Amino acid sequence: MKSDQILLDHGSGGKNSHRLTIDVLLPALGNDILDRLHDGALLSIDGCRLAFSTDSYVVDPIFFPGGSIGDLAVNGTINDISMCGAEPRFLSVAFIIEEGLPMADFKRIVEDIATAARTAGVMVVTGDTKVVPKGAADKIFINTSGIGVIPPGVAVDGANARPGDRVLLSGTIADHGVTVLTQREGLRFEGDIRSDTAPLHRMVASILAVCPEIHVLRDPTRGGIGTSLNEIAGQSGVEIRMDEAAIPIRPEVAGLCELLGLDPLHIANEGKLLAIVPADRADAVLSVMHADPFGKAARIIGTVGDGRPGRVIMTTRIGGHRIVDMLTGEQLPRIC
Amino acid sequence: MTLKHMHEYRDPAIARGLIARVREHSRHEVRLMEVCGTHTVALFRSGIRDVLPQTIRLLSGPGCPVCVTAQGEIDAFIALAREKNVIIATFGDLIRVPGTESALELERAGGRDIRIVYSALDALAIARKHPQKEVVFLGVGFETTAPTIAATILAARTEGIANFSVYGAHKLVPPALHALLQTPDLRIDGLLLPGHVSVILGVDGYRDLFERYRTPMVIAGFEPTDLLEAIARLVEQIESKQPTLENAYPRAVTEAGNPAARRIMDTVFAPVDAVWRGLGRIHDSGLSIRSAFATHDAAKRFSLPIFDPPEPKGCACGAILTGLKIPPECALYKTRCTPTRPVGPCMVSSEGTCAAYYRYHDELEIPE
Repeated sequence: MKSDQILLDHGSGGKNSHRLTIDVLLPALGNDILDRLHDGALLSIDGCRLAFSTDSYVVDPIFFPGGSIGDLAVNGTINDISMCGAEPRFLSVAFIIEEGLPMADFKRIVEDIATAARTAGVMVVTGDTKVVPKGAADKIFINTSGIGVIPPGVAVDGANARPGDRVLLSGTIADHGVTVLTQREGLRFEGDIRSDTAPLHRMVASILAVCPEIHVLRDPTRGGIGTSLNEIAGQSGVEIRMDEAAIPIRPEVAGLCELLGLDPLHIANEGKLLAIVPADRADAVLSVMHADPFGKAARIIGTVGDGRPGRVIMTTRIGGHRIVDMLTGEQLPRIC
Repeated sequence: MTLKHMHEYRDPAIARGLIARVREHSRHEVRLMEVCGTHTVALFRSGIRDVLPQTIRLLSGPGCPVCVTAQGEIDAFIALAREKNVIIATFGDLIRVPGTESALELERAGGRDIRIVYSALDALAIARKHPQKEVVFLGVGFETTAPTIAATILAARTEGIANFSVYGAHKLVPPALHALLQTPDLRIDGLLLPGHVSVILGVDGYRDLFERYRTPMVIAGFEPTDLLEAIARLVEQIESKQPTLENAYPRAVTEAGNPAARRIMDTVFAPVDAVWRGLGRIHDSGLSIRSAFATHDAAKRFSLPIFDPPEPKGCACGAILTGLKIPPECALYKTRCTPTRPVGPCMVSSEGTCAAYYRYHDELEIPE
């Protein structure tokens, strides 16, 4: 049913979000740079190549096992910049705060931002604070923008995947989305489920050191690895084949997905990346991922083929095949 | 069920053995109906559809509660949402089903208070928390959910939570199966019976059906090896011309099912004729809330008009729910009807056949 209003689904990261971008945003704002719809914009200013990215964080709840909205806000933008192959340097942070937010909560979030930035070696250099009346926002919304420098010779792009490439995933899927959902719904369970929010720029730097000619980097946030791989397959005009048995997922997370009827392939990750690399570099990149604190569970999960362009197929555990589609519909609202 | 247990039921070696068994026994073309929407999805997601021999044709059945909810009932839900002072609590799937003019999702965007819950008890909690509001839970589902809804109504009665009511649109599976097996021109050689409904009904719940029609029937679980085992047994029954009613999900389904759950259902609900999308009116196939619980019956609390709208034009949901068509045979499939712009509920529901085909099926050959 076509809508004359903005629906929650338009922010879900799935097909309707995509439609909003294509139908409303690009016609009005489009240009050569924006049209590429990369995680970050690739800019050239007087010969210096930069990546520039922005993201807003509206996660509910604002504190959860593994981190807070503050951690997401820093790591999320660092990762967007890193997926351009760039080294993140500077961040802006803008707050929209609901009147009545406890000062202790705000201080905790600011501390989390400071710690995350310091740990990542990135500086917050500018910011803004607005307060709106009670009810006009939900506790706190944060926007961060980031600038990074792209090293010479690096040209990472969603359209670069080629038949024969290998698809690598840096670790377990669905940790963040499942954590936030279970916290929000007050579901009780045994087991250690926590958000995987983490800055991946050092992993990216190590990957570029052994494979400067890497084809694609993508952090699968809203919409999960299923959506990201579909986007890449579409942009690159290739078919991607995944192996279900190779996809790392923690047993507790798999169990909760089963219980709640969720497909882990469509659930947000906040500390993982997909790397698409030429076949002969795959093992080297995998080793480098394993050596990184956030890449211990990295696996090769698929290959790029020349079948139907834009299609993603998964070989299931029992040897059958199924299509993996983009996320359609708002599976989990306000997950990041 | 432990997680290790789950992996055992997905063991590739066991699956390969079962696939070989199916292939070995399957000679004739057979049409098996997977009654349950969750089975439809599981068959796709596990890749089983892809590995079955061409002799086996799988038909989808009416086991998707959202899909068989008539258009008029969707319009009634929307009318309820528009009532003053009402909070609607619903399972997520109903949010996007198009009614004649609107959908709950659009009503929510327009400011109506519509909340997604995982269980009816969550809805009762909302009622407890907002005593000045009327909370209406949309009761859609089969025998799997009806007992929990009944228990919630009983809890509302015990606690004296007067501002909680249920719009009862529950349906019963065996009457629909009777209707299907009586449908002329619909050849069904075997039935894959729903796993969770059977937990409540037990094997005994299908004895009448089996005695009357002598169609091979196997109750199946949801893991890949469960489904393959059930299909293997159906094929073997058909090829040996020895139809039986079998339970291939014994770790969850017993002969007698769950009599306590059925008793609770019977305390609160009474069977009533109901209209199923695709199947029409079926005698005693729905559940209405007994008059003793009238205060918790939303249909009595709110005087709603009867809605009897036509089904959306061109939508083949009804034919798909009865195994007469598959989604690619619907003119609207993937053209005017997609998961983001659905025309009918079969495309919206997570257990809907059209949604499953759209997500997991491709008409082109998938090369090895």
